[in-house]
Amino acid sequence: MSIVQEAALIAGKDLKIETRARVISQQILPFGLIVLLLFAFALDPDRGVLRRVAPGLFWVTVLLAALLAISRAFSIEAEHGARDGLRLSGLDGSSIFLGKAAALALELLIFEALLTVGVVVLFDVRLGSLVPLVLASLAATVGLAAAGTLYGVLAAGIRARETLVPVLLLPVVAPVLLGATRAWEASIDGVTSDAWPWVALLGIFAVLFVGIGMLAFGPLLEES
Amino acid sequence: MSVVVRLRSAVCLLGRFPALAGVDLDVERGEVVLLSGGNGAGKTTLLRLLAGLLPLHQGVGEVLGTDLSRDRRSHRRRLALVGQETFCYDDLTVAENLRFAARASGSTVEAASDALVALDLGPLADVRHGKLSTGQRRRLALAIGLARAPELLLLDEPHAGLDAPGRAYLDSVLKDAAANGTSVVLASHELELMRPVVDREVVLVNGQANGALAAASTPEPAAV
Repeated sequence: MSIVQEAALIAGKDLKIETRARVISQQILPFGLIVLLLFAFALDPDRGVLRRVAPGLFWVTVLLAALLAISRAFSIEAEHGARDGLRLSGLDGSSIFLGKAAALALELLIFEALLTVGVVVLFDVRLGSLVPLVLASLAATVGLAAAGTLYGVLAAGIRARETLVPVLLLPVVAPVLLGATRAWEASIDGVTSDAWPWVALLGIFAVLFVGIGMLAFGPLLEES
Repeated sequence: MSVVVRLRSAVCLLGRFPALAGVDLDVERGEVVLLSGGNGAGKTTLLRLLAGLLPLHQGVGEVLGTDLSRDRRSHRRRLALVGQETFCYDDLTVAENLRFAARASGSTVEAASDALVALDLGPLADVRHGKLSTGQRRRLALAIGLARAPELLLLDEPHAGLDAPGRAYLDSVLKDAAANGTSVVLASHELELMRPVVDREVVLVNGQANGALAAASTPEPAAV
């Protein structure tokens, strides 16, 4: 099998498991909506404030949900020695990384699409220029999924991984939070020229972590 | 006969504890070797070392022509480890787990189907792994191992949890191993069951092996 076929095999397996277990739809999505509601209660019933801070709140919520999804993606490999099964399969580490990151990215994109509806409805946000907004979301999601998959396997063999992953990952993905928030703000305001530098930053982050992940995931999986 | 496994003074540390403290072992093609010894003697560690899941810290180790001190991965697709874990996913069905494992290890879907039939798992094909009994899981794990058509089959307590038909099938696999050119290394506490079907017994005591090289140390097989 080629690297793409191997990655598709892993991604298909992860997505099938998530579809069956319904963790994303029944736990992570409600969690995201609850966080949005809590922000709405906490900040101001006046929607003016919420509109201004909506991009930041959206991406903070995505980050929190991503932590849950990453933890879930590696907890399924911890049961019944599945991680050893992956190692014994002889699949290339890069393929496993790409497959797991792709599945995670797709789950996050679905989550973001539904959360966007929540933001529009709850915070009365008009999305403005869609092209930079969508591209920023795609690049941010790929970067988040790649970094999350890399740090997920780094902590996979550690007993306290659920608490360790946020501590390790959140500082690393700070540029994603910053870039995606700024790109969304510019897009919502309709100033697309201000959005593109942030989209580029998100793209560089995504490429960087996909590259690092493809190189490092295999050795990290061996040591986990 | 060619040598499939060759260990000399092999040391494997679990943390700082020498789980294997200088093991010598030769296994030839088509040979069935029983590892016996008390709890903590190092049987499972030895099987995981041969599978490349644990590092060789000292000594010489060659499995299927691969030098374990340099490369723990290249030989994995040519062996199967059926251990206390099934390497399966709770939310996938029996057939899905089997197909995934077969495809991931470079085997064919037909081989997976054959193993499904051979271990009488057909009626359970659409049942999720999480719903299986312990014995059914053991049969599935054995089917996954056999679907790989391994040159070296590593079995850890293979009779545990198997019902009478499962045990009979396992015994037939062991008896056919030599004819098929498959070498088998198995660890078991059920010595009276195993001795009639193995070529040689190696006793592990505190991470060291007796009778690992000389066939003369083989116990007399019990009457069948």
